[in-house]
Amino acid sequence: MDFIPVLKEGLPYVFKGTWVTLVVVAGALAVGLSIGLPLAVGTVYGPRWLRRLIDLYVWFFRGVPLLVLLFLFYFGIFPFLGLDLSAFVVAVIVLGCISGAYQSQILRGAILSVPEGQMKAARAVGMSDLQAIGLIILPQALRLAIPGWSNEYAILLKDSAVTYALGVAEIMARAHHVASRTYQHLPIYISAGVLFMGLTYVGTRLLAVLHKKVRIKGYA
Amino acid sequence: METILQVREIRKRYGNKEIVKGVSLSVRRGEIKVLIGPSGAGKSTLLQMINFLVFPDDGDVFLEGRRIDPGRKRELCAYRQQVGMIFQEFNLFDHLTALGNVEIGLVRVKKMDKKAARLRAMAELERVGLGDHAGKYPAELSGGQKQRVSIARALALDPKVMLLDEPTSALDPELIGEVHAVIRELGASGMTMIMATHQISFARALAHEMIFMEDGRIVEQGPPDIILDEARCARTREFCAKIGELGGRP
Repeated sequence: MDFIPVLKEGLPYVFKGTWVTLVVVAGALAVGLSIGLPLAVGTVYGPRWLRRLIDLYVWFFRGVPLLVLLFLFYFGIFPFLGLDLSAFVVAVIVLGCISGAYQSQILRGAILSVPEGQMKAARAVGMSDLQAIGLIILPQALRLAIPGWSNEYAILLKDSAVTYALGVAEIMARAHHVASRTYQHLPIYISAGVLFMGLTYVGTRLLAVLHKKVRIKGYA
Repeated sequence: METILQVREIRKRYGNKEIVKGVSLSVRRGEIKVLIGPSGAGKSTLLQMINFLVFPDDGDVFLEGRRIDPGRKRELCAYRQQVGMIFQEFNLFDHLTALGNVEIGLVRVKKMDKKAARLRAMAELERVGLGDHAGKYPAELSGGQKQRVSIARALALDPKVMLLDEPTSALDPELIGEVHAVIRELGASGMTMIMATHQISFARALAHEMIFMEDGRIVEQGPPDIILDEARCARTREFCAKIGELGGRP
């Protein structure tokens, strides 16, 4: 049982990566929402040229592999623009942009599932289109989007492990560090896997509670 | 009585199908006009074009003699506040309580002070007999109650004209009466209305004029007794006879 002392020493170090992972995920979700929401509104209500542009954005960030995007931005685009950003910041931005593409699709579906008549009714009481979207459509669409987000959280959580390739000190990077120093690959990676599973569970549970809490009364 | 709302040669085409083929009508203050006709006649499209929920391809709408320019957003929003719309499917805002549904236009559109808006909204809910249901969400209300909330929502904005698009078509037969009672009271209070409906006996009792529409055109119009009993046009007679058999006769 020579791995016990290794775990005793190594696991607290790996577990400290939880905070980094969670901040990367929370940051990416927030960046993704602030990109995805206007994109979703644009795809549903915007003019044709805007919809085309948004399609292009979504295509790019959904189509190019995560690792390629991370390297492209970290070693390519940001240095080219003369921006000296830390791996952590680049990770949040890139994951956020990707999540924005996916969240725009989640929100687009949610917006479309709010009955169309409510937009008409909002216009009929004299609201401008922006008011109707902001006051009537989005409050309902955001509620409907929560289950989709829960999925998005789980995916981001796992994607965040890839950012170790840039040297972000999250769970995976730390696990790799300890494992390659001690050669205790099995117990270390099992622990990291279980940790990710735990985080997925807690996050999706929290979102389920939120979903229940903001549920509209009597509504299915 | 002076003309309050006028529609002139209004048209709408979807693809190569013309849904409304140049309809004109004018409504005087306090007048109640009822649109009848088969499904697909263009009644609903006509009503929605009157407040530009559907943009007409051609034609004009005048409120109190002023032509409405739907391209000017502010003017359009101001105009829509003066024209209440009641939909077949109620279209309540599902995330707001009955009170919230009535209040939101007052607070956000009319920029009314919150307290005053609440009082006004409560008064409108009481007017349609739903004072006790103010805190309920649409999903907790029956169809008839929902439609009454939607009437309260429109009334709160002090409309000059009300457009009702088959207000009871989506209701259980048992619930139609309560909505009819509210509409009848509205009529008694002098509200100007244009209503599409298939409820012939209700329409006969309420309408000053009936308009029979088919295939995007007004076929015939006149006092309800004339249209329903002695229509000149054979097609009008046929339609009214059929729909009368469904219990429409008084």
